[in-house]
Amino acid sequence: MLDGRGAVGRKASWRLILSGGWLVLIALLAVAAPLISPHDPLEQDLFAARLPPFWMHGADPSYLLGTDSLGRDVLSRIIHGSQIALTVALIAGLATGFVGSLLGLLAGYLRGRTDLLISRLVDIWMAFPPVLFAILLIAVLGTGLSSIVIAIVVIDWTRFCRVVRAEAMNQSKMDYIASAVVAGQSRAGILWREIGPNVLPTIVALLTLEMGIAVIVEAILSFVNLSISTDAPTWGGMIAEGRTAVYQAWWVLVFPLVVLFLTVLSFSQIGEGLKDRFDPVLR
Amino acid sequence: MSAFLTISNLSAMLRGGRQRVLRSVDLALEAGEVRGLVGESGAGKSMIGKAVLGILPSAVTVVEGEILLDGKNLLAMPQRDRRRLIGTVAALIPQDPLTALNPSRRIGRQITDRLVDILGWSKANAHARALELLDEVKIENPERVMASYPHELSGGMRQRVLIASAFAANPKMIIADEPTTALDVTVQKQILRLIREMQARHGTAMLFVTHDLGVVSKVCQKLSVLYSGMIVEDRTVGEFFAAPRHAYSKALLAATPKYTDPFASLLPVDDSVIAAADEEVRVADREWRHAG
Repeated sequence: MLDGRGAVGRKASWRLILSGGWLVLIALLAVAAPLISPHDPLEQDLFAARLPPFWMHGADPSYLLGTDSLGRDVLSRIIHGSQIALTVALIAGLATGFVGSLLGLLAGYLRGRTDLLISRLVDIWMAFPPVLFAILLIAVLGTGLSSIVIAIVVIDWTRFCRVVRAEAMNQSKMDYIASAVVAGQSRAGILWREIGPNVLPTIVALLTLEMGIAVIVEAILSFVNLSISTDAPTWGGMIAEGRTAVYQAWWVLVFPLVVLFLTVLSFSQIGEGLKDRFDPVLR
Repeated sequence: MSAFLTISNLSAMLRGGRQRVLRSVDLALEAGEVRGLVGESGAGKSMIGKAVLGILPSAVTVVEGEILLDGKNLLAMPQRDRRRLIGTVAALIPQDPLTALNPSRRIGRQITDRLVDILGWSKANAHARALELLDEVKIENPERVMASYPHELSGGMRQRVLIASAFAANPKMIIADEPTTALDVTVQKQILRLIREMQARHGTAMLFVTHDLGVVSKVCQKLSVLYSGMIVEDRTVGEFFAAPRHAYSKALLAATPKYTDPFASLLPVDDSVIAAADEEVRVADREWRHAG
């Protein structure tokens, strides 16, 4: 009886293993980028431009995944691009999660005027087309990592706010909240101790989803040349460059796209997997 | 001697509604006394307890009246002070043990929170006290239960935990809000006996909300009968069972199945009694509106 913790959780889930494994790999690449990338990601070699990946005719084996139109190594650029992708995913994801969850908790628990204000703000926010909004923001703030993070927080906090608000409202109706009130707990105490832990699985699931979205938003902004800076290797920037020469050198477009796709997919899948594992209702 | 809890002329309304859900309720609870609060579903019996403890649903507001707890007027106090006062002198045994414990926190912390935060006990003392109480409510292996999560315990166990938790801070008054309704009949009996034992041992005053007159006769000394948010009868239990005064409570008592004659057909409360009681409510409302 006392060991009822997760018939679901004990079983190793492929979803967690595969998505977790991919993200660990990307993280390792990001950390060890200067050590393991075969070339300098910025070094151009016009004599080695548009070399195909290693298994094709005319490839140079030192450029495993080929080179782009300026002769830069695709693999090294992908490896270095993971640094920016993961930095944006972590910082923007956490910042968005923090801002959105906090507002959602306040709205869902305090209700009344606070809720009215925050909910109307969410409604207004959601009427903006997010990508245009992001581009507009970057245009105002200027490019750079902090601008990207701010843009992602500003356009995406509503995702957390809506879900967390609904969840906090559900939890507030539970008897254990009434018991905590009777036990003399302060409102801050109830929010932090009673409601917070019960909303946490939802926040974690959203957080990983948001990290994936942050990677995409960063790629979109790089694609339109509004990200970190024009010469830093980013996956979105590579996709944009690869697009112009897709008939001559498809690999410049396809490899970063696949890596981006797998990374975003892994973020969303790891969230689902963690939610299954930690949700007290399923446990 | 003035009562520990005095509710006078308490009226509550649904927000934006025109009907009162509590109709000028008067009620007193002496120290150490157990008072039953009986009525059908929707009569407002839980509402009275919730009004006292400050946990009314947000749709309900108190529009008139006074609640004196330990000599202090609760409704005139700032919210922060009121919560502290209630946290030190009162406690709740809730109706549904399944939702009354926080699913993501360990049992131990949920019992000791109040002792540490409100009463300023040391963690070690609070822990020892929680163990002592879990033992008192006949939970085997209390150390292990303290370290477990609510979903690891059965409904009856959780209700025992909640009872232990209610008595933990030595409250002067406990409001038991239909504490046995959500449990199996066999478990009900044990829990009821446990509550009675604990109450007697600690001498805690108790407001026992229930719709079961049989329970009232076993546990309570006094009794208030509620109809549509209005107290229609307020007597000692002995007097009540000997001769209920109000037509509605008479019918209610007659409708209770009797152990002495289990094969007798059940007697529903007669429509004419309900009609008369409803008329009484209407008259009271008219008077109240004129006065206000």
